[in-house]
Amino acid sequence: MNWYWFVIFGLLIAMFGWYLSSTAGRLDRLHRRIETATFALDSQLLRRSSIAIELSVAGVLDPASSEVLAETAHDARLATDSPMEVRIPIESALSEVLIQALDDPEEVGFLRQDSLTADLIDELEAAIRRVELSRQFLNDAVDACLRIRDNNLVHWFRLAGHTPLPQAWIMVDRMPEGLTYAGA
Amino acid sequence: MSSEPLRIGMVCPYAWDAPGGVRSHVADLAEELRARGHYVNILAPVDDPSLIAKGEVTNGGKSIAIPYNGSVARLNFGLRATRQVRKWIQEHDFDLVHVHEPMAPGLSLLTLWVADGPIVSTWHSSNPRSRVLASLNRVVQTAMEKVSGRIAVSEDARRTLVSHLGGDAVLIPNGVRVKAFQSTTRHPLVSMSVPSILFLGRLDESRKGLDVFLAALPQVIEAVPDVQVFIAGPGDVEDIRKNLDPQVDQNITFLGRISDEEKVQVLGSVDIYVAPNTGGESFGIVLIEAMAAGTAVLASDLPAFSRVLDGGVAGAMFVNEDSDDLAQQAVALLLDPQRRASLVAAGSQRVMRFDWDHVVDDVLAVYDSVTISGERVHEDLRGQIIGRLSTGIPGLR
Repeated sequence: MNWYWFVIFGLLIAMFGWYLSSTAGRLDRLHRRIETATFALDSQLLRRSSIAIELSVAGVLDPASSEVLAETAHDARLATDSPMEVRIPIESALSEVLIQALDDPEEVGFLRQDSLTADLIDELEAAIRRVELSRQFLNDAVDACLRIRDNNLVHWFRLAGHTPLPQAWIMVDRMPEGLTYAGA
Repeated sequence: MSSEPLRIGMVCPYAWDAPGGVRSHVADLAEELRARGHYVNILAPVDDPSLIAKGEVTNGGKSIAIPYNGSVARLNFGLRATRQVRKWIQEHDFDLVHVHEPMAPGLSLLTLWVADGPIVSTWHSSNPRSRVLASLNRVVQTAMEKVSGRIAVSEDARRTLVSHLGGDAVLIPNGVRVKAFQSTTRHPLVSMSVPSILFLGRLDESRKGLDVFLAALPQVIEAVPDVQVFIAGPGDVEDIRKNLDPQVDQNITFLGRISDEEKVQVLGSVDIYVAPNTGGESFGIVLIEAMAAGTAVLASDLPAFSRVLDGGVAGAMFVNEDSDDLAQQAVALLLDPQRRASLVAAGSQRVMRFDWDHVVDDVLAVYDSVTISGERVHEDLRGQIIGRLSTGIPGLR
């Protein structure tokens, strides 16, 4: 065997090593991106439920809406530290209640005539929009990560370390029709 | 609705000295963000450093003209540019970096390569057949994976990015400062008593559609003999004149390259603004500017234009590249002041949706959704051999 076979063999090994190392790097970065995005979503959800509680006790919604909203928003607050599969249905329920309670643009327009309520509604709107965005960005990162992890080399060489397989965050987060962002 | 002021780094891949859609988007966005109390520093290639505002724009090096996406773009890249980006990231301690047109082979792509942390990116153009995208090599893909929040300025730009990268993007249209286009000064050359029509854009770039417009003019002039035709934009006027029928030439006034100020004036003074663009547009910013200026718009029926014009409610449309149809529509509009007035009214309504105030709210919502306290933009050492050795070993972090 000639010496250059060794060189070629060595180069191939090196290239393979580079491929593995850079894939591990990509995964590591995506895992961190997912972590950050989860944090961001968490804080936006928290913000949303806080404002929802405020709105429910402000005495501006009808009594039925106020009651249901107070309850679901409170549940959402308590679920903050729960695992994803417990939290998602609770946050979705809050979304559904908001969608139901604020379904009429004209009525919301009336509520806005009071400046304090208007501020509260603006804040709620902003929070809902941010939940929507954070969730989308999280799911984008999860998709990108799953595409790479769906590769035997990643599995065989344990390139993902001990990080569990990420999961997309699937929940209802539609903007209620009564809020202006919905039309945009 | 951000409570704390953010330190934002903004990257424009195209030369800061050359006018262009992305460049003015970046400048306007930065100005609006600063008006709301945020710190913004822009990194862009600069050809003449004496013209830039120190402290607001960082010189990313000299640009060169290269063909990109069916046009000629002034971009820069290379080792020195990379070092410049690295230095910019190190020195500024940004909360967030916002990269525009990340696929363009320039400072934007380099920033994605060099930086790590909260990164937002805006896709401006739609290029269905990009070779870079088609082969999407590993390095580019790795860079794209660092973007935490993706924005597309139009449905077409969004489709381009989704089809090549998967996932999704938030749609935030381009912003226009509506007030700035409501000029009250008339352009001195535009007569009030005769109907007038305007073309705006590079004369020598075929996708701007000047040829389609010129081919329609004989019919228009035959039906409306006193029509004033204005053609504004850089390019060789003589080259165009020598192929023109002298009869047609009589009605045309060439304005050459015009300043922003003159653009506002002329848009506000003419009766119709024509946008005969044949393709490659993902968003018709000039259409919005014309609507803001209170001018009736007649545009080719590109999907991007149709969306801006709300399917023809806020402006008239003709079949793309069909000069006969353009001529018929133009004549109909020129002879019907009432129809023009109703288009202008619908246009002014439509345009508020694209006002910067509204757009910046959305952009800030995206910023809030990707930043968490304590996380900042830092240099990505994996881009370097030594960095890879120190941080890239599987399972060692």
